[in-house]
Amino acid sequence: MEITAGDSVPVRASSSRSLISRIIQSKESAIFLALIIIMGVISFVAPKFMSAYNLFLVSRQISLVTIVAFGELFVILTGGIDLSVGSLMALAGMTSAYFMSTGTGVCVSVGLGLLVGGAMGAINGALIAYVLIPPFIVTMGMLSLASGLVLGLTKGWPITNIPERFLPIAQGTFLTLPVPLWIAAALAILCHVVLTYTAFGRRTYAIGGNEQATFLSGIDVRKIKFMLYVIAAVAASIVGIILVARFNSAQADTGKGWEMDAIASAVIGGTSLAGGSGSILGVVIGACIMGVIRNGLVLMHVSSYWQTAVIGVIIVLAAGLDRLKAKRS
Amino acid sequence: MASTLFEMRGICKAFPGVRALNNVDLTVQTGEVVGLLGENGAGKSTLMKVLAGVYKQESGEVLWLGQPTRFPTIQEANRAGISLIFQELNNCPNLKPLDNLFLGRERFIKGLPLLNYSAMRAKALELFDYLGITVDLDKEIGLMSTAIQQMIEIAKALLTDVKLLIMDEPTSSLSDKETAMLFKVIRELKARGISIIFISHKLNEVFEITDRVVVLRDGENAGEIDPRTDTMEQLINLMVGRELSTMFTRRSNDVQGAEVMRVEHLAGPPRVLEVDFDLRQGEILGVAGLIGAGRTEMARMIIGADRKSRGQVFIDGKLVHIKSPRDAVRAGIAYLPEDRKRQALVLPMSVRENLTLSIHSLVLRMGLFISRAKENAVTDSYVTQLDIKIADREQVINNLSGGNQQKVVIAKWLATKPRILILDEPTRGIDVAAKAEVHRMISALADQGVSILLISSELPEVLALSDRVMVMHEGRVKAILDRADATQESIMNAALVTEASEVQV
Repeated sequence: MEITAGDSVPVRASSSRSLISRIIQSKESAIFLALIIIMGVISFVAPKFMSAYNLFLVSRQISLVTIVAFGELFVILTGGIDLSVGSLMALAGMTSAYFMSTGTGVCVSVGLGLLVGGAMGAINGALIAYVLIPPFIVTMGMLSLASGLVLGLTKGWPITNIPERFLPIAQGTFLTLPVPLWIAAALAILCHVVLTYTAFGRRTYAIGGNEQATFLSGIDVRKIKFMLYVIAAVAASIVGIILVARFNSAQADTGKGWEMDAIASAVIGGTSLAGGSGSILGVVIGACIMGVIRNGLVLMHVSSYWQTAVIGVIIVLAAGLDRLKAKRS
Repeated sequence: MASTLFEMRGICKAFPGVRALNNVDLTVQTGEVVGLLGENGAGKSTLMKVLAGVYKQESGEVLWLGQPTRFPTIQEANRAGISLIFQELNNCPNLKPLDNLFLGRERFIKGLPLLNYSAMRAKALELFDYLGITVDLDKEIGLMSTAIQQMIEIAKALLTDVKLLIMDEPTSSLSDKETAMLFKVIRELKARGISIIFISHKLNEVFEITDRVVVLRDGENAGEIDPRTDTMEQLINLMVGRELSTMFTRRSNDVQGAEVMRVEHLAGPPRVLEVDFDLRQGEILGVAGLIGAGRTEMARMIIGADRKSRGQVFIDGKLVHIKSPRDAVRAGIAYLPEDRKRQALVLPMSVRENLTLSIHSLVLRMGLFISRAKENAVTDSYVTQLDIKIADREQVINNLSGGNQQKVVIAKWLATKPRILILDEPTRGIDVAAKAEVHRMISALADQGVSILLISSELPEVLALSDRVMVMHEGRVKAILDRADATQESIMNAALVTEASEVQV
């Protein structure tokens, strides 16, 4: 019989806690509350915020950022980072647009775009997981390589001549909501299920919690890491391709800076950059906070220069509050 | 001579939901070596942290050199002459000895913001000489043995006007020889009038080195022991508050099972040079040797965690190619690593998630999703079987005591139904009661037919459990002794015999 501090602090069973108290105690509830407050303040200052048209536009924009952020979350959960997602968006979009403009079928073109994006992710993953080069270096290199490829191949010119029937994927609606919102919702559910209910997801968290222990537990850590970078690249590619439909053309500078928005969404949503903790729900809320504030600033006629500064402050503030909370508990 | 260095009176300290210290007294004289003992969670480290100003007590007072004192920070306590030497070494492994030693109290070239290395070197050599160690000043400290790193920590304390040295489990990763050296230094310091608080789970060492032993139990003073007159049984009874058989001894196992694993010509320089042995069914093969003899490295090569340069592993007479821990698990080999927190546990995860980490494929639903119900069933079954003390299976593993954490790690490996279990220091840093339980568990597993390779630096443990003892020395198997021939002397003889001509440590 041993008596320890740990034994005498009973931690109540999660199954015996009521659903409501679980929701209140969850990590996400605090940032959700923050989101509601921010939305309240913005709609008070700029009543146009709550208009159906504005909400439609905001949700479409946020949907696309969240999809990139989902992929980023997978990587960050293991303590990694992917800086190349923005330029992979451009590469995948450009690939799909090229094939579509030359008359290849829409489905095949989209598939080829995803394939090229995924292949670049595989290169990231292989170099990180098997050659053991730090993720920051590898993906920074890929960021430059992929955007250089796009610029070199297109000489900076946009690709137009996108088939009409492809456009609804970004511009269309389904049951009055924008199509990208439906795509993001479906992917959110898929990613949540993978992370929470599959061995792959559990192992992803375990690697972030203690990579060495996970390896010694007989888990193929390298393969999982490899796959995570492919996932991040494919998620980014999906968004890059949707943006082609949105602008009716593929632009070489598509996705520029999106890696920062994706990382910021994850961080604001409570994801630890050290790995091991974070959730899809948190990322969604984090992306909403960023998107709503950005939109609010536009509605309040704040110049885009100042917007950038405000977003910067919010990222640090969110991460700082998270640290404070962790310290107190 | 014997003046009072400090006196703690009626110290109370509570954490949310726990009364960590209740009315605890502790007095230490100058030049006294006091053992501070108690099971994990008895309040030893909390008491030391109150003394050093890390925690603030709710009531009670500390008289430091006769003055009521409350150090606001650990830095203040350092300045007053208190130095803590932690179980986990507190240094920068990427820096060389001089940089570590003088971190925060660098010597400068007069009038310039430049480091005065020659002055620092001279002072360091003087200290190392005093401690009786030779240190390579051009090597990163992380590449040195734990013993040397610890000595450098002590040297660091001596740089200041240290009056009290608190050592928390200082010998937990030292070999017997290194421990002897540490004790020599402790006696030197004592003669100089420095007081030492020695916290350890190794009772024989406590009896050897201390003048007086203060025992805490459940956050209260349980009593004191005089190591010159009292017995180890009395000490244990004070610690656990009841009678307890000191050491579990496995009944001798004469049954010679079939060969399960055979290792031939295993090598992976520089730490492993030539290892050959066989392991039989239901056998406990103890692996003894000094720190650095290559025992852990050998185990890691067998399970494919590190690459070997040559050598074969046979299971049931068939050559197997194990290239990763994953292959090892599939081949029926489980490896319990020596460093529980760093290598075995995912600290932020729950008991359940840690316990099922190696058996995801066995708890799936529809072949794809992890079934919470199956996980719960497996967890509950092992929690009962191994008598793991937890409030809830969702409890974060980091909050458990060392003994219970270790039981979860053992359960995790038993869940893979291994045929071969490699245990690397299975009782390091866990308290007496839990240790006895783990010993009983290991023995029962062998009786059930599991073949066990038991790597341990505690000779009594190896002797009590092993059917045969393999002694390693500098990467080679020096001897494999039968139970009848294995004694502390014969093992140390084999482990040390060629060392006579070598320099200390």
